[in-house]
Amino acid sequence: MTDAPMTDAIVAKGLKVHFQTAAGLVRAVDGVDLTVAQGAFHGIVGESGCGKTTLARALIGLQSATEGQVQILGRDRSDWARSDRKGFARAVQFIFQDPLGSMSRRQTVGQTLEEPLQIHGVGDAKARRARVAELLDLVALPATVLDRLPRSLSGGQRQRVSIARALALSPQVLICDEPLSALDVSVRAQIVNLFARLQAQLGLTIVIVAHDLAIVREVCSAVTVMYLGRVAEEGVAKSLFADPAHPYSQALLSAVPSPDPRIEATRPRILLAGDPPSPRNPPPGCRFSTRCPVVEPRCRETEPALRAVQHGGAAACHLADANIHAMI
Amino acid sequence: MSRHSQNGPIYEVEGLVIDLYTPTVSVRAVDGAGFYVAPGETLAIVGESGSGKTVMTLGPLGLLPEGVAVDLRGTARADGKDILSMSPTDLSRLRGGFFGVIFQDPMSALNPMLKIGPQLAEQARRFAGLSATEARKEAVSLLARSGIPDPEDRYDRYPHELSGGMLQRAMIALALAARPRVLIADEPTTALDATVQAQILALIRQIQKEDGIAVILITHDIGAVSVLADRVAVLYAGQVAEEGSAIDVLTAPVHPYTRGLLASVPDFRSDNATGTKEIPGIPPNQAQLEPGCRFADRCELVQPQCRTHRPPLVKVGAGSVPHRVACPVVIAAEGIVTHD
Repeated sequence: MTDAPMTDAIVAKGLKVHFQTAAGLVRAVDGVDLTVAQGAFHGIVGESGCGKTTLARALIGLQSATEGQVQILGRDRSDWARSDRKGFARAVQFIFQDPLGSMSRRQTVGQTLEEPLQIHGVGDAKARRARVAELLDLVALPATVLDRLPRSLSGGQRQRVSIARALALSPQVLICDEPLSALDVSVRAQIVNLFARLQAQLGLTIVIVAHDLAIVREVCSAVTVMYLGRVAEEGVAKSLFADPAHPYSQALLSAVPSPDPRIEATRPRILLAGDPPSPRNPPPGCRFSTRCPVVEPRCRETEPALRAVQHGGAAACHLADANIHAMI
Repeated sequence: MSRHSQNGPIYEVEGLVIDLYTPTVSVRAVDGAGFYVAPGETLAIVGESGSGKTVMTLGPLGLLPEGVAVDLRGTARADGKDILSMSPTDLSRLRGGFFGVIFQDPMSALNPMLKIGPQLAEQARRFAGLSATEARKEAVSLLARSGIPDPEDRYDRYPHELSGGMLQRAMIALALAARPRVLIADEPTTALDATVQAQILALIRQIQKEDGIAVILITHDIGAVSVLADRVAVLYAGQVAEEGSAIDVLTAPVHPYTRGLLASVPDFRSDNATGTKEIPGIPPNQAQLEPGCRFADRCELVQPQCRTHRPPLVKVGAGSVPHRVACPVVIAAEGIVTHD
């Protein structure tokens, strides 16, 4: 985290991604404004169907937006990617949930890591080999993996390779879609710590889509909570987690069990009724109104805008000023 | 089946060894492990992928991955009966009626071609011995009990017409239809969202309390263990590293693996969190196991004898629920009193 960010790394305005499907229009992302500060470790959380993965893909252009703009490092993302594809790829990289699916199964780890250097004409063969060795070092993989194929590696090792590949060209911005979900608990901690170390060491801006809230609270500087294609709440991770203002954030945090059974035995919980509604058919008014424990008539009519709340961030709730904090 | 003992174990496995063979590799999935569960209690079997937790629990019931040759030794008793020597017919009957199983993926239990209600009613007829009319009533009430709104309507729905959380509930209703004495939940919430996970865990706990059945929760999710479990067995590479009451194991762990596992799970409610710690390395290759402690290669406290001698499970502390740990090194280093 830098002291005084010179400019925001990512600014998205009015972003919408709609899909036409046989069953109707899916509003996966439906009007999102997002600002990611330079040097931030920014978490995007929410449940399936909230649009967090689509948002991450739309930020980098893996998914074309129906409406809205994205600026990365002060430049219009679509112009940049169109006019200077390689320059854009050097600056902004993406990490997928399934590392195996994002690598060629027939390329060794060494080839996988060298390929971006070759494509971008970085150094001669000797310099590239040195850079590959440096990358392995950066993600704490032994040189013995160089000649191995992705499928012979463990899940954690594969994710390290995909992180090393994303870092090959020294990007400034890394966008990661659920990079931890496929990993075992103890390995997940290794990769989280790796991200945190790289972020500090290289001054990266990292956007991470995650559903493990405890980990987001642990490592992220900022967090955005999404619900049904919209931002429900955003703020500094630790402040928001300590004092969530949106009833959905409160329920989401309340749903995470404590690893201590003594706390778990006495802790009051908010149990929401039902599943999130389908993004094909969002309810009118506040999207959370169908499950909200403190819903009022106006919530079903008018969609609330994001407004400043006590923890210093913002929440999209008509009642966010009122004292509803006592719920947790 | 006689309820000859309310407090003795209802399902009990001892000295279990399970070798799995494919044409190219053989793997010792379970290596001399065991567990027990009594009526009215929830046992959590905790481990990471490949630790053998599912194979150990479901293997004695004949529920093992397909296309794999199996060599299984040890003892397994359900309601006092030896199930490893049972005929396939008896075992199948026992699986249907005595054990109910909830899987991670509801569609592995529900038939997509049949309506939900009749699938439940069939179970109730076959294993709980109800008539067709009674079975229909039972199915509707099971759906209601599992928290499915408008159960009369849902009775006639196909699985694809239900949301993920509702399907999970329907599968729980299906597992209960035969009125099982032991409910085995294999990663029941892994595929679900946080708010739906909380609902399903609350439902399992409620059923367990109301029916007083035994529940075995197979999971890698420490949070789910903390919500549901009375006792915990921690499995590492096919062996039990530590077992005891949930409070002992989760709040005063002794085995270095248990300590490492818990330290890698952050608790955002605690302010003195010291950050997410990691266990270095990866679990051993179970196709080429070395003698000694399975955790030796990843353990910070490793001693020469750890690599040559398998550590026995030793009772520590004097609590009413036995707390056993397979690590003589920590026990000696911290002067922990043993009770064997």
